Amino acid sequence: MNLDFSEQEQAFQQEVRQFIAANYPAAINARRERGDDLRKEDYLSWHKVLAARGWVAPGWPTDYGGPGWTATQRYIFSEELARADTVTILPFGIQMVGPVIYTFGTPEQKARFLPRILSGDDWWCQGYSEPGAGSDLASLRTRAVREGDHYIVNGQKTWTTLAQFADWGFFLVRTDPQAKPQEGISFLLIDMKSPGVTVKPIITLGGEHEVNEVFLDDVKVPVENRIHDENKGWTCAKFLLAHERTGIAGVARSKRGIARLKQILAAEPDGRGGVLLDNLQVRRRLVELEMDLTALEFTELRTLASAAKGKGPGPESSLLKIKGTEIQQRLTELVLEAAGRYAAPYFRAFPAGSNQYPIGPAFAHQAAPTYFNMRKTTIYGGSNEIQRNIIAKMILGI
Amino acid sequence: MNFDFSETQLMLRDSLRRYLDDAYGFEKRQAMLRSASGRDPAIWKALATELGVLGAALPEDAGGLGGGPVDTMVLMEEFGRALANEPFVPAIVIGAQALAATGGDTASALLPDVLSGKAIIAPGFYEPRGRHNPAAVETVAKAVDGGWQLSGHKAVVDAGPCASHYLVTARTAGSTFDREGISLFLIESGASGIVRRDYLTVDGYLAAELVFESVKLGKNALLGAEGAALDLVEKLIDHATVAVCAEATGAMQRLHEQTLDYARQRKQFGRPISDFQVIQHRLVDMLMEVEQARSMTLMATLRLDEPDRARWVSEAKAKINRAGRALGQAAIQTHGGIGITEELAAGHYFKRISMIESRYGDLDWHCQRLEDRLTG
Repeated sequence: MNLDFSEQEQAFQQEVRQFIAANYPAAINARRERGDDLRKEDYLSWHKVLAARGWVAPGWPTDYGGPGWTATQRYIFSEELARADTVTILPFGIQMVGPVIYTFGTPEQKARFLPRILSGDDWWCQGYSEPGAGSDLASLRTRAVREGDHYIVNGQKTWTTLAQFADWGFFLVRTDPQAKPQEGISFLLIDMKSPGVTVKPIITLGGEHEVNEVFLDDVKVPVENRIHDENKGWTCAKFLLAHERTGIAGVARSKRGIARLKQILAAEPDGRGGVLLDNLQVRRRLVELEMDLTALEFTELRTLASAAKGKGPGPESSLLKIKGTEIQQRLTELVLEAAGRYAAPYFRAFPAGSNQYPIGPAFAHQAAPTYFNMRKTTIYGGSNEIQRNIIAKMILGI
Repeated sequence: MNFDFSETQLMLRDSLRRYLDDAYGFEKRQAMLRSASGRDPAIWKALATELGVLGAALPEDAGGLGGGPVDTMVLMEEFGRALANEPFVPAIVIGAQALAATGGDTASALLPDVLSGKAIIAPGFYEPRGRHNPAAVETVAKAVDGGWQLSGHKAVVDAGPCASHYLVTARTAGSTFDREGISLFLIESGASGIVRRDYLTVDGYLAAELVFESVKLGKNALLGAEGAALDLVEKLIDHATVAVCAEATGAMQRLHEQTLDYARQRKQFGRPISDFQVIQHRLVDMLMEVEQARSMTLMATLRLDEPDRARWVSEAKAKINRAGRALGQAAIQTHGGIGITEELAAGHYFKRISMIESRYGDLDWHCQRLEDRLTG
């Protein structure tokens, strides 16, 4: 048992660090710092750089275009991405539908979809939640009725992240209304340009257009776009949710966030002639957050180590999701507190390109919107209440 | 001991609630925020005239109705409940009370206009590097021939964009953190040399950055005694602090009601989510936060004129900051995704309650004020 990186691993770390420094499109972070919404091409530009290098899908098997890294290398890679504060690699294709396709798909489906996920040619979105089916996902009501070699799909999905950019969506639909809820669901891939697909924005509390409603009216979907057997969609869904949860811990991102927070606290005047970090309470909250993050990191490393021995992500990923999201939220609280009254100005209402003098410190502009927005983390991916149910049932057996 | 409201106060509350329910209906409020000015001036006018509530807490000899802090509390709870964006705290709780307290020709002449809604006062007591400390005054007023010349920057000035007058602190002696040497000035918003940057706040109020570039003022712009304004300023801020505590309490109560309603009607797993014990306990915790917030608001309101005022005000604000955060986050979690959208009022209440945390001192500021008392 040891924690040291080998010489090869250290060399790998240097290689990744240098690659990011040389190839990350700096314009993306400039946009983010200004509080501008990222455009489709912003996300894709970094995706394509990584895809060209063969690094965009660290978790995929080499047969399908993964880099063949060890768990440690994947850990190093995500640490380096966070250290450089790169824009996230969108999870919908790489982390979500990709693994479902290479695990449950036919050879034809793999050949058709996986290369375009890797290249970024197809942008994917997730059609899971419905207005009446959130935590109780299995109660979903979007119907797919078989007509010859097609399904006719009708229903409504919601909280569909960045669907406004999507070429394809993966959807959970009900194919057998008579069966038990979990046993009548299928997993369909739907071309978002199909007639009958309508995407409507949902504006969230910081004014962002990040999520959408997706309406499906008599959408014709070829049967060959179904992954796994009919009525086996819940198997895919559970598999995918467990995968989604591990990434959700966000250890490396939170480390980066804490480093940034420290800089803020060391610089912001406290109004008494010192800086915020002079206050014992502020320091206490910071070190408590750091120790909780260390605990999460080592819990995640233990999970990764056992996953490396062939065990897939199991119910322990629920623990990572709960603790990880709580830490992410606390971080946003501390940034909000640091911003003080300068969290109040609503920057989205300002004219773009204004050359008037700035309002408050730059970090404060996103403090409130980020605090509001990150409340989603304990709700999405299976709410933290649901995660606790999973742990109670699967780990404790109660 | 008696915690009952008077008949007059109950009438005041009911008539204001009826009015605000209409004037701040959800769609109307959203449209108001999208409009160019960000507000509907007719509402302020109605509060001044038809409803006649602006002077409720002011003494009769100042043109008010002879009430006091309890009347302010009643009004502020309603403003909080309705999610109103009116400049009552800056213009009345601070502005009108400052004019009544300092007296003098300038103040006395302006006060009737403030109470009739014609004039709006925006106080500028805080500065970019001063955080929550009203003694951290870097703005300087120099005595010049025939009056004063003022230079400095006031941060996040509530009601700045719609104000007719600014009420600002400036240093006439001493250095940045000195308690002595701070004076209070009344400045017309149209005075030359003022650079103003207007904005909406994330929770729907109007505010501005004010930069004074050698602004020339007459002798009578000085309110009260030269160099001795801080005691009054702190008192005004304490009154404002308790007012926003009441606003938070009204908003918290409404958000709790909405969350309870939502939990009762939202069905998952074949039953209302209010059937689940984890949700029930959360709703109970939220209720306890509302009740404690209400108790602290009441306590601080009743003790606003006591010598130990600072202690009670800081206890109330610190407690309400914590209560508001806990309640707000619990409300959003219970609503799920819909709570984070602009489509439902719940999210807007969450924003308001969150933004109140840093108004007139955050948790650390008020705890520090309490701790300073321990060490003398």
